[in-house]
Amino acid sequence: MDRSLNLLDLALGFDEQLSDPSPLSGKVVLIEDCVETSGSFVLHQLMKRVLSPHSSDSLIFLAFARPFSHYDRILRKLGCNLATQKTNNRLVFVDMLMMKCSDGEETKDDVSAVAKLFREIQGTVRKLRSVTNSNITVMVDDMSLLEIAATNSNSDHVLDFLHYCHTLTSESNCSLVILNHEDIYSSMERPAFLLQMVCLADVVIKAEPLASGLANDVHGQLTVVNKGISRNSGKGSSRNKLQNFQFRIKENGIEYFYPGCRS
Amino acid sequence: MAAPNVRTSSFSRNISVVSSPQTPGLKNGPNGTTFVSTGIRDLDRILGGGYPLGSLVMVMEDPEAPHHMDLLRTFMSQGLVNNHPLLYASPSKDPRGFLGTLPNPGSSKEDKPTVPDPDQGESLRIAWQYRKYMENQKNSIDDYSNDFDMRKPLERQFLAGRPIDCVSLLDSSDLSVAQDHCATFLSKFPRNSSNLTSIGRIAIQSFCSPLCEYSEKESDMLSFIRLLKSMLMVSNAVAIVTFPPSMLSPSSSVRLQHMADTLLSIKAIPDGDKELEKLLTGYKDINGFLNVHKVARINTQVPVILEAKTFSMSLKKRRFLALECLNQAPVDGSSGTSYGTSGSCSGSSKSGALDF
Repeated sequence: MDRSLNLLDLALGFDEQLSDPSPLSGKVVLIEDCVETSGSFVLHQLMKRVLSPHSSDSLIFLAFARPFSHYDRILRKLGCNLATQKTNNRLVFVDMLMMKCSDGEETKDDVSAVAKLFREIQGTVRKLRSVTNSNITVMVDDMSLLEIAATNSNSDHVLDFLHYCHTLTSESNCSLVILNHEDIYSSMERPAFLLQMVCLADVVIKAEPLASGLANDVHGQLTVVNKGISRNSGKGSSRNKLQNFQFRIKENGIEYFYPGCRS
Repeated sequence: MAAPNVRTSSFSRNISVVSSPQTPGLKNGPNGTTFVSTGIRDLDRILGGGYPLGSLVMVMEDPEAPHHMDLLRTFMSQGLVNNHPLLYASPSKDPRGFLGTLPNPGSSKEDKPTVPDPDQGESLRIAWQYRKYMENQKNSIDDYSNDFDMRKPLERQFLAGRPIDCVSLLDSSDLSVAQDHCATFLSKFPRNSSNLTSIGRIAIQSFCSPLCEYSEKESDMLSFIRLLKSMLMVSNAVAIVTFPPSMLSPSSSVRLQHMADTLLSIKAIPDGDKELEKLLTGYKDINGFLNVHKVARINTQVPVILEAKTFSMSLKKRRFLALECLNQAPVDGSSGTSYGTSGSCSGSSKSGALDF
């Protein structure tokens, strides 16, 4: 299966020997980015990995930021056809662009829209579980937009949603991949939401611009903190390590390299 | 495990993309996007063609410089010249009055003969076979964008009978009215694969102005912009929204910046700044600075890296808006000319992660 693994794959725990074919199952991955550097390319790469033809993993994608056509085009350039995966029932694309959370009085059955969304995800997970026994990944392409959509009703609902989604990782061994924007919270004194997310996450991937400014051949740097402890007890090694490398985004893939080691 | 049908339809040709758009004021861009002119040729060039259709453009205002109005004016004038329907919203009592300040198209090269000499054409033997192509190209450019004379008001013919909707943001206590206006306006331009008959332009000025009653409710404003963006993605329209970031809490301002597809900011130029005068050539002519923070990337993951992020705004011949790279010696970021430099400063505070 392996075309050579890149640095991000290695940092996430994929290895050449395939000792653990799905190191992310049951884990929470948090991608943090900022206005200057978008972290969405990490999502694209993980999408491609989940939907690769060598596995039978399935993906539930909650799109708050971009429509299907956008992702379809990007993933096609990466060599993955989302429309086909949709018909194969490996991809469940939930379009949340127009999601509206009305105020309390309008909901009839006393269930907030966020709770409804979770029920939907839960139902989909159960349905997929009954068909296949492979891994399920839930992706949220922009958590901050869910926050905006839900603030009208109650801001705690988003946090609840997060916790409920977290239960899926232990209950059904799903992976949870969330993109959020870190710089939104940088001015807050105690950003409860961000801290909770970092706390829940097993892997934190942070995309930043280069300290020295924009460059044409280096688009930014990634910091990956992998808090997970390796489950294959043969090594028994704690992998709580921090890795830092730079990247360059191209249409058909991403180049990763250590600072100063670009070949 | 690989089912055969996984690979069959990976590549399919989208024929509708190949055909060139017939509607004036449109240009095909990469990745199946279509560009709409900003009304400033230099800005079109900087952004790689213009504002992509379906994108949200946010402009951060500077309380000391009114140049965001110039961006709005040229954007609106260009739309009216190309007969694009327009929705304009502003926190003034009489938003329609703003239409009187729109600039008129003019030619910045009027002293040069625009029609080439026929004799000259004869002598260019090598270029002869390309002449048709060159003429075509010239026509398409003229269709696409104009130069605007900032001193001459837009002629009546471009305003009379055109579908222009003006909304005052002062009237309502919440944003639902503005939202309804946008929704009904955008519903006229649904995105079908082939149908590119008319293009909508939305211009919202000083969106979070403290004059408006809703200015306290930041969450309402954020969800308005979120819904506007979502509606734009499925319609053939472009919206440009200017907002004063200093009036918002920092986190809301950053949220707005994240939602923008194209993010620009205006910066005033300090008057009589001796240091800056030494650094920049043509300091006297510069009216203000324009920073390009984000260039829209729709249908692609590759970021657009510009050669420069800060541009000087000046009026050529006192009439035509021009953007130029700063002719500036490489100095440290303390010149304070841009939000961009402050952005990279915040990055450098974390440089401890890098070991050199």
